[in-house]
Amino acid sequence: MGAGHGGALSARYVAGTSPVHRLAPQVKLVAVLAYALVVVATPVHAGWAPWAYAGYLLAVLTVAAVARVRPARLLRSLVVEIPFVVFALLLPFVTRGPRVEVLGLSLSESGLQTGGALLAKATLSVLAATVLATTTEPRALLRGLERLRLPAALVQILGFMIRYVDVVSGELHRMRVARESRAFDGRRRGALRVLGAAAGALFIRSYERGERVHLAMLSRGYSGRLPGGPAAAVPPREWAAGLALPLVAGVVLATGMLLG
Amino acid sequence: MSTTPSLLVEDVAFAYPDGHQALFGVDLRIDPGERVALLGPNGAGKTTLVLHLNGILRPGRGSISVAGLPVAKQNLREIRSRVGIVFQDPDDQLFMPTVGEDVAFGPRNLGLPEAEVAARVEEALAQVGMAGAADRAPHHLSFGQRRRVAVATVLSMHPEILVLDEPSSNLDPAGRRELAEVLESLPVTLLMVTHDLPYALQLCPRAVVLDGGAVVADGGTRELLADAPLLAAHRLELPYGFDPSRA
Repeated sequence: MGAGHGGALSARYVAGTSPVHRLAPQVKLVAVLAYALVVVATPVHAGWAPWAYAGYLLAVLTVAAVARVRPARLLRSLVVEIPFVVFALLLPFVTRGPRVEVLGLSLSESGLQTGGALLAKATLSVLAATVLATTTEPRALLRGLERLRLPAALVQILGFMIRYVDVVSGELHRMRVARESRAFDGRRRGALRVLGAAAGALFIRSYERGERVHLAMLSRGYSGRLPGGPAAAVPPREWAAGLALPLVAGVVLATGMLLG
Repeated sequence: MSTTPSLLVEDVAFAYPDGHQALFGVDLRIDPGERVALLGPNGAGKTTLVLHLNGILRPGRGSISVAGLPVAKQNLREIRSRVGIVFQDPDDQLFMPTVGEDVAFGPRNLGLPEAEVAARVEEALAQVGMAGAADRAPHHLSFGQRRRVAVATVLSMHPEILVLDEPSSNLDPAGRRELAEVLESLPVTLLMVTHDLPYALQLCPRAVVLDGGAVVADGGTRELLADAPLLAAHRLELPYGFDPSRA
């Protein structure tokens, strides 16, 4: 159908058996979050900040290498960052304060710093998240969130999203084919009205499907929470291995703060 | 000698909140091991009746019991383990990320221990010819496979009676035959809602015709399908060229 055979959301996952793949999903989630927090906590205007960013980058690239994530995939994942890049490139032009000459352009010094820091922090966080998405199946991520005590309702909503994103996009695709089969042209005047109606129809269909799914769930004894499978406790050694990434980042940050 | 019927529906009447009356006193008794087709035109009240069987809808009048247990609020959990409803669209039925988790959904809701859940998942998938598919995602299966997995999701609860809503709809001929083979092999009481009259004849020795919210005929499927005036009066039609006396 419209979405690829593998499902739109599982497209980022690449099966593997690396140590990173084998880590429990909750460990990886905590590690990525902690890593991102350390990265964000790095002071923007400190002189040693670029060195810290280099250290973080080295750490996350090491993890990516252990996980055998291909460099091309890491680069492609950076596409989501483009809005930040635009913003970061604007900053040196619009920020006030002392200015420096670069290639004949007068740029704000603090704008350069802020923009650069923004770019570095976003890039590092996206890289870590990409390693997570590449090495963890979507439903394993859900299990991880569940173990981390995210409210059950939220986990269920995410689960249904994973399950039904292909069903709904299939429906969307069939509606588009049906429209175009009757010579519909999206660029013509009045097309928006048609597309609006289609969006409404899709919403109502999805809503009705939600009601039917709920009926089917009730019929099989659903009582408010999804029963989970067997939960194995994560050994401390695995936590230690998984948290190595944010720990290394933390050490880099602490060193910078103490020496800088 | 009278055994406890698997399903006993007595004088069930129901009106939707908007005032539309869907059922006017339905009586139906199904004994253990029986296979019954529930026939009737669109809007006859078939789905409304099905939703009464496990207490999703409550009758305004009359009563329903499953293997002797009345369908009432305090029994709902037990009732829902006894009545296995397979809905028409497998995408509605299969809502968990993998086939195995979906088949385990019912048994886990029943609070069974994990070892028992695993055994039931394996057994149910084997019964529908889908052994080994536990780790697959529902959207990777063909429509016919999804329909059979949907049957497995309720078989794993070991229901007293299996209720199928339009089991043959949207299946290709091979999928239709494979499902029939599965259904024939299952040692359960069966109530099958369908427009597919040859399918009813193939799988169910007995048929009940529901129209206008009441049972208008109840008897051998072959005899009912041979009764042309009855079929015509209730918008039931055999496929072109199909002769029930020769099938």
